[in-house]
Amino acid sequence: MEHILKEIGVETYLYLSALLFSIGVFGILLRRNAIIMFMSIEIMLNAVNLLLVAFSTFHQDASGQVFVFFSMAVAAAEVAVGLAILVSIFRNLGSIDIDNLKNLKG
Amino acid sequence: METSFVLLLLLAPFVGFLSNIFFGKQLGKTGSGVLGTLAVVVSFFVSCYFFSQVSGSKQPINVHLFDWISLGKFSINFDILLDQLSLLWLLFVTGIGSLIHIYSISYMHDDENIHKFFAYLNLFIFFMITLVVGSNLLIMFIGWEGVGLCSYLLIGFWHKNQEYNDAAKKAFIMNRIGDLGFLIGIFIIGYLFNTLDFNVIKQAVLTGSNPEVAGWLSIATLCLFIGASGKSAQIPLYTWLPDAMAGPTPVSALIHAATMVTAGIFMITRLNFLFDLTPDVQNIIAVVGAITSLVAASIGLVQNDIKKVLAYSTVSQLGLMFLALGLGAYEVAVFHVITHAFFKACLFLGSGSVIHALHGEQDMRRMGGLKGAMKVTFLTFLLATLAISGIPPFAGFFSKDEILMVAFHENKVLWVIAAVASIMTAFYMFRLLYLTFFKEFRGTEEQKHHLHESPMLITFPLMVLGVLSVVGGAISLPGNSWLNHYLEPIFAHAPHEAHHLGTTEYMLMAFAVVGALIGIGIAYSKYIKKSEVPAEDSEITGFAKVLYNKYYVDEAYMAVIVKPIYSLSKFLRDYIETGLSQIIFGFGAVADGLALQGKKLQNGNIGFYLFAFVFGLCSVVFYLFFLR
Repeated sequence: MEHILKEIGVETYLYLSALLFSIGVFGILLRRNAIIMFMSIEIMLNAVNLLLVAFSTFHQDASGQVFVFFSMAVAAAEVAVGLAILVSIFRNLGSIDIDNLKNLKG
Repeated sequence: METSFVLLLLLAPFVGFLSNIFFGKQLGKTGSGVLGTLAVVVSFFVSCYFFSQVSGSKQPINVHLFDWISLGKFSINFDILLDQLSLLWLLFVTGIGSLIHIYSISYMHDDENIHKFFAYLNLFIFFMITLVVGSNLLIMFIGWEGVGLCSYLLIGFWHKNQEYNDAAKKAFIMNRIGDLGFLIGIFIIGYLFNTLDFNVIKQAVLTGSNPEVAGWLSIATLCLFIGASGKSAQIPLYTWLPDAMAGPTPVSALIHAATMVTAGIFMITRLNFLFDLTPDVQNIIAVVGAITSLVAASIGLVQNDIKKVLAYSTVSQLGLMFLALGLGAYEVAVFHVITHAFFKACLFLGSGSVIHALHGEQDMRRMGGLKGAMKVTFLTFLLATLAISGIPPFAGFFSKDEILMVAFHENKVLWVIAAVASIMTAFYMFRLLYLTFFKEFRGTEEQKHHLHESPMLITFPLMVLGVLSVVGGAISLPGNSWLNHYLEPIFAHAPHEAHHLGTTEYMLMAFAVVGALIGIGIAYSKYIKKSEVPAEDSEITGFAKVLYNKYYVDEAYMAVIVKPIYSLSKFLRDYIETGLSQIIFGFGAVADGLALQGKKLQNGNIGFYLFAFVFGLCSVVFYLFFLR
C-alpha cells in the first residue's frame, strides 16, 4: 500500500481533504436548500474519512480504516433519518427552504 | 428471649398508638380505650418480669438491639439497659400509666376524639419507656423529646380553645430551652469521653480523673441541669407546668405529676457519678430546688383553681427532690419521686373525679360539701392529702422527712426553706380539701342536683393509688431501707450511711409532724371554724394579690424576654429582611435583563445557527493552532 503514497505524497491528500471540507462548510453556510445542505455535510464527512484513510496508510495502522467504516455506517443512518425528516417537513410546509423553518424561535 | 421481651415492652404501647391513630374510629369509644389500656398493661407485666429477674440476680440486663451510629472512634449502639434504676421507673410509669388509662376510659368517654387521646397516651408511654431504658444519652434524648411532644399534643388536646393551645405552645417552648441545654451537655460529654454510654462513662470517671475533663465537666453537668430544670419545672423554667393543667385531668396526673416531670430527676440520678464530681453544680441544684419549692408552695397558698393548686404543689415537691439531688442524696430523691407519683396521681385523679361530677367546674369557691355525695373520692383524696402533708405513717412522711433530714445535716438554711415549704404544703392541701369536700355546696342548684359518685372505672384507680399512698413509704423505712439497698449498684459512692436514729432524728421527725399539724390547724381554723371562702378575684389585695398573680413572673418574662424578642424580630423583618431581599431581587433583575438580550440570539434562523456554529469551530481551531 505504501507505494501509493510514494507516487502521490500524503500532503496532497491533506490539501484535497481540506478543500473538500471547505467546500462542505461553504455549501452549508451559503445554500438554503436543505437537501443541498445535507450533501454538503456528506462532503465534509467524507473529507474527514479520506484524511483518516490517508493517515492510516501513512502510519501503517489499520485502526483508522476501521474507524472509517464506522463513520460511514453512522453517516448512512444519519442520512436515512435526516431525509425522512425532510420529507415530513416538505409535507407540512410544502418547501424545504430552511429560511421557512423558524418555529423554534425563542 | 430477653430481646423479644424488651421489644414487647417497647413496642406494645407503640402498636397501641398506631392502631388507635389509624383504626381508632372503627374500634369505637370503649374499644380504643380498652386497646390502649391493654397495650400499657402488657408493658407493665413485662416490667414486672424483668424487675423480679434483676432484683433476684442483682445483675443488670443489657440488650444489644443494633449498631446505630459509627464515626471513627466514636460509636453509639442502640442498646437497652435494664438495671435497678430504670426498672424502678418502668414499674411506676407503666403501673400508674395503666391505672390512668383505665380511669381515662370512663373520664374521656364523652369526648369525640377519644381514640386520639388514647393514641397520644400510648405514644407517651412508648417514649417514656425509651427515655428510661436507653443505655446511652442519645436514646434518652429521643425519649426526652418524644415525651415533650406528647405533652404538647395532650395539653392542647382540646384545641378548639385558644388558651389551651397557648398553654401547649408555652410548654413546648419552655421545654425547648431546657432541651438545648441538655443537648449541649450531651455534646460536651461526647467530646470529653468519646462515648455516650452510661456504663462506659462511669468506668472512665471512676478509673481516672483528668483535670482538663473536670473543667469541662462542670459546664456539661450545668447544661444537663438546665435540661432537667426545663423538663422538671424548676426555676426559672417552671412556668409552663401550671399552665399545662389545660390538658385533660388524666394527662395532668400521668404526665405533669407522676412521670414525665420526674425525667429530670431520673437523668441526674442516672449520671450521679458525673454530678458527684462537680460540687459547684450540685450546690446550684440544691439552692434552685429549695427556692423552687418555697416559691411554688407560696403561690399554691392562694390559688383557687383546684388543678392549679395541685400543679404548684407538684412544682414544689419537684423542688424538694432537686434539693435532695443537689445534696447528693439521690436515693432519697428517687424515694420521693415514687411516693409523690402515688399520692399526686391520686390527688389529680381525685380532682378529676370532682370536676367530672361538677361538669367541668374547677374553681374551689364553687365547690364544697362533696364528701357526702362522693365517698370514695373523698376518702382516697383524704389519704393522699395526709400523705403529701407528711403525716405519719403515710408514704409522703417518710420520703419528705428523709429529704429534710439530709438537708438538716448538710445545710441548715436549705433545711429551713424546705421545712417552711412543707408547712405551706400541709396548709394549702388541707385548704383544698376543706374547700372542696366540707361545709355546704356553693355551686348552682342544678349542679347540686346532679352530684354523683364517679363510676367504678374512675374510683378503682383512686382506691389503688390511695392504698399505695398509705403503704408506699414501706419501701424505705428509716434505718431499714429496702430501696437504698436495692439502688446501691447505681451509685458511684455508697448511699449516705443510713442515718442512725438518734435523738436529733426523732426531734426532726417530731418537728416535721408538728409543722404539718400547724399548717393543717391554720387551714382548719380558717376554712372550717370561720367558714371563710376565698375572695373573688377583684377583691384580692396586698401580698395575697402578688401571690395570686404568681409573683407576676409570667408578666416579667413577657416584658423582659418575649417583648424584646418580638421587637427584635420586627426590626429584622422590617429593615434587615427588606434590605436583603432588595439585594437578592437585584441579582434576579440582572439575570432577567441578560436573558432578555440573550434571547435575541435564538431567532430560529437555522442559517444563523449554522454560521455561529462554524464561526465557533473556526475560533477554536484558530486559538488552538495559532494563539497557543
